[in-house]
Amino acid sequence: MTSVKTQQSRNDDGLAAVVPATAPQQVIKRRRKPLTWDKVSFFAVFLGLPLAIYLLFVIWPFIQAFGYSLTDWSGFSPNQNFIGLENYAKIFTDDIFMKAMGNNILLVIFLPIITIILSLVLASLVTVGGSSKGQIKGLRNSSFYRVVSFFPYTIPAIAIGIMWGQIYDPSGGLLNGILTGVGLDQFKDFAWLGDKNTAMIATMFVIVWGFVGFYMVLFVAGIKGIPAELFEAARIDGAGRFRTAVSITIPLIRDNIQTAYIYMGILALDAFVYMAALNSGGGPDNSTLVMAQQLFFTAFSKGQFGLASAMGVVLAIATLIFSGLVFAVNKLTGGDKDVSL
Amino acid sequence: MSTKVSTPEMKSLHFQPRTPATSTGDKVVGAVSHTALTIWTLIVILPLLWTFMSSFKTSSEIFASPFSLPGEWKLDNYIKAWSEAGIGSAFLNSVIVVAVALVIVMVLGAMCAYVLARYTFPGSRAIYYLMLAGLTFPIFLAMVPLFFVLKNMGLLNTLPGLILVYVGFALPFTVFFLFSFFKSLPHEITEAAALDGAGEWRTFFQVMLPMAKPGLASVAIFNFLGLWNQFLIPVSINAAGPRVLSQELAAFAGQMGYAVDYGALFAAVSVTVIPVLIVYVIFQRQLQGSVSQGTSK
Repeated sequence: MTSVKTQQSRNDDGLAAVVPATAPQQVIKRRRKPLTWDKVSFFAVFLGLPLAIYLLFVIWPFIQAFGYSLTDWSGFSPNQNFIGLENYAKIFTDDIFMKAMGNNILLVIFLPIITIILSLVLASLVTVGGSSKGQIKGLRNSSFYRVVSFFPYTIPAIAIGIMWGQIYDPSGGLLNGILTGVGLDQFKDFAWLGDKNTAMIATMFVIVWGFVGFYMVLFVAGIKGIPAELFEAARIDGAGRFRTAVSITIPLIRDNIQTAYIYMGILALDAFVYMAALNSGGGPDNSTLVMAQQLFFTAFSKGQFGLASAMGVVLAIATLIFSGLVFAVNKLTGGDKDVSL
Repeated sequence: MSTKVSTPEMKSLHFQPRTPATSTGDKVVGAVSHTALTIWTLIVILPLLWTFMSSFKTSSEIFASPFSLPGEWKLDNYIKAWSEAGIGSAFLNSVIVVAVALVIVMVLGAMCAYVLARYTFPGSRAIYYLMLAGLTFPIFLAMVPLFFVLKNMGLLNTLPGLILVYVGFALPFTVFFLFSFFKSLPHEITEAAALDGAGEWRTFFQVMLPMAKPGLASVAIFNFLGLWNQFLIPVSINAAGPRVLSQELAAFAGQMGYAVDYGALFAAVSVTVIPVLIVYVIFQRQLQGSVSQGTSK
């Protein structure tokens, strides 16, 4: 009985009891009423207008992109010849594009993990870092940390990129200023973004900097949604803070973590803005070049729209594969078990 | 009673009287937590403060030392960035585009979500999933065809074109978020409105929309941030048009090959960052609450 109940409330966000009961009733009522002008105009405007804009500016371009990817269209000539999968063959033998894809894969592997671990740790410190006696509570003044950490999320990505470009500046930048200031003279005039060994790491740090606060707030909200009794029970059973975090917190906010992982992964497969701002040319030895940059360059500088569309399709498929993988891994490792409340 | 409490001793919590005093272990954990969080806070805030401070310096001052305070706190850099570098007009363009797009997308998104959430008709599920699909597909896949869609309509490189595209791409998120919100509003109220003789239009605008205010506010904040920060769409389809802020900022940073005016660049970045930060600090309570609502679905 209880299990059925949980199932229902999970499916419909707790509204299952209301919605199915009233929905069929409504259908019957609706059929009896004649179509009035009020109703017709209502549907035409309320559904038709948004849908028209959405189909024209979002769905139609997406569909067209698949079509273009099979042609040699250069955009400005009227004739576009169907060339089958030739564009795709060209992409996968193009060393530069493969290098860009490798960089994206690097980003997809490291960015979500680093961001999520860091934000989980900070979120746990904020929420359960308080006293181990009495009521479960967070740190004092924790909302201050939360508010400040969220700052970067409100800043346009391009501004973040430009700002960090200046911070990494070899001579006048803040980072080398601090490092030489504490006596690490080997970093004097060190070009963080100009050295192929550090350019990618420095860039990743910027993206992590921009997103940790957002996910921290997300996880804090998730942890606060866990009933305090669970933490109390764990404490009575003798679980320490670390054990509580691993065995209680993480399993219970698993859905949030999965969401965060997918968002972050999609961002890592894009990453266009950050790369364009920090190293617009792709970085030393193309070490920070990503697929989206290559797509943009191919389309709007070289005018090879067919080829660029094929790159877009590759990117879209990579995104879908990634999301599928995250779901599959989460399921295989027991994420589907009914642990959430 | 000893004040030195180690982890295993927490078991005995039951048998001890409640004590307001915190144990040493707690103090250590508290101190470590505060230290870790403070370090992160500094990592977040120092670059921002440094940028703000540097925006008052001259280029030679910036090169002399990254830490020195500006010789004089004057607004020369801001004036230069605002008028000469075109940040001012780009700022106004951004405000116009984002404000108009935001109003349109909120109205259309609310209407669409309302219909999808409250009415059952053939195809409603399909439309909902079509909206979801738009959330998962990467934007840059659409950019090339979109360029030509707008070109054929004569809207390429114009602000109205940009507004329409913004509306299109913000729509799925808006509908997705408001869908669950409208679903949760009680049905009795619609029935009461119908009994009182309100038509479908009046029910929506005078009854349902006001009730959905908290949801609308959250979505509006997220849409504002998303649209204000948008970069790929304007550089793709508005490259030769009147520039918006993110575009102008990138162009300004890009053209600084040799004639470097770092002070003005810092001022330009500050102009971009500060208004949004102020808005955030005012609305942060609202925003923090809605992060969980929006992403846990």
